[in-house]
Amino acid sequence: MSLTAATATVAAADSHGFLSPTGVEIAFLLVGLVTLGAALVTVTTRQLVHAALWLVVALGGLAVEYLLLTAEFIAWVQVLIYVGSVVVLLLFGLMLTRAPIGRSPDADSGNRWAALTVAVAAAVALVWVVVDAFRTTWIDLDGPAAGTTRVTGASLFRYWVLPFEALSVLLLAALVGAIVLSRKATPDAAGPGRTTAADLPAAGPGEKEGAR
Amino acid sequence: MHLAYPAVLSALLFCTGLYGVLARRNAILVLMSVELMLNAVNLNLVAFDVWLSRTVRETLHSGQALTLFTIAIAAAEIGIGLAIVLAVHRNRGTSDIDKLRDTAERPESEGPDTEGPGSSAAEKAEATA
Repeated sequence: MSLTAATATVAAADSHGFLSPTGVEIAFLLVGLVTLGAALVTVTTRQLVHAALWLVVALGGLAVEYLLLTAEFIAWVQVLIYVGSVVVLLLFGLMLTRAPIGRSPDADSGNRWAALTVAVAAAVALVWVVVDAFRTTWIDLDGPAAGTTRVTGASLFRYWVLPFEALSVLLLAALVGAIVLSRKATPDAAGPGRTTAADLPAAGPGEKEGAR
Repeated sequence: MHLAYPAVLSALLFCTGLYGVLARRNAILVLMSVELMLNAVNLNLVAFDVWLSRTVRETLHSGQALTLFTIAIAAAEIGIGLAIVLAVHRNRGTSDIDKLRDTAERPESEGPDTEGPGSSAAEKAEATA
């Protein structure tokens, strides 16, 4: 197996120049820059709703990257689940916690510079190691796509059925857990003057979304 | 395609999410950064699956299956996480993770009983739990 990989790698290295920019690579690079920029804005902007909206751009860019890597099914699942439900859930959460609409000056905590140091150090180390490790490795994107719905479905239901079913149990557990967590406590268990009644109807739609 | 492109993009996205988790104060923004980190892992899984399915004829497509599982787990995680954040916001009136210090260690000089609002908030949390 590794011998095959080694020979294929050598063959690929012979047929490619180092960092030879093909069309797919240029497209990947441009979409990757957009994705990375949107991610950076997401973690640095001071407007909370804008952070969620830039997250849509980052996740959509990642879906395009999956398409460029010929993983169609993953791309559409990404669009459906992340852009369609996770970001909507995050927006619901922002609104239910009464996030300020404008600029909030305290979006970043005090350990901002420590976080920046850790992140830059991790980025330098990871990029260095990854580039050094995969300098002579190419992905062969020609031929039939590796991630069509047919291929993914066949492998998923042929080899991965048991984890798939276990995952459905996990989703059920998450559903029940979200309901239990966001349910109002029973009135006799609650002390006097606990929660204002105005909070409780507002938690309804977010809870329904969370249960899904 | 050179494998370094998706690998480097994934590493950079992961570190962006790392910065967000460490530097953000609002709990929902921390959840967004966690989503970024999970997506970086997904990109790595997909890229290596496409590479290995051609190079060594790996037919299990374990990378794509694991990506689907990660996406499902991320959806479950965001549901539970937002339910927790909403419960905390209902009890404390804030979702800033800097202010949730009830289980933090305090210096020995000030006793745990001296803080009025903190202990009452802890009682509230216990009543809800």
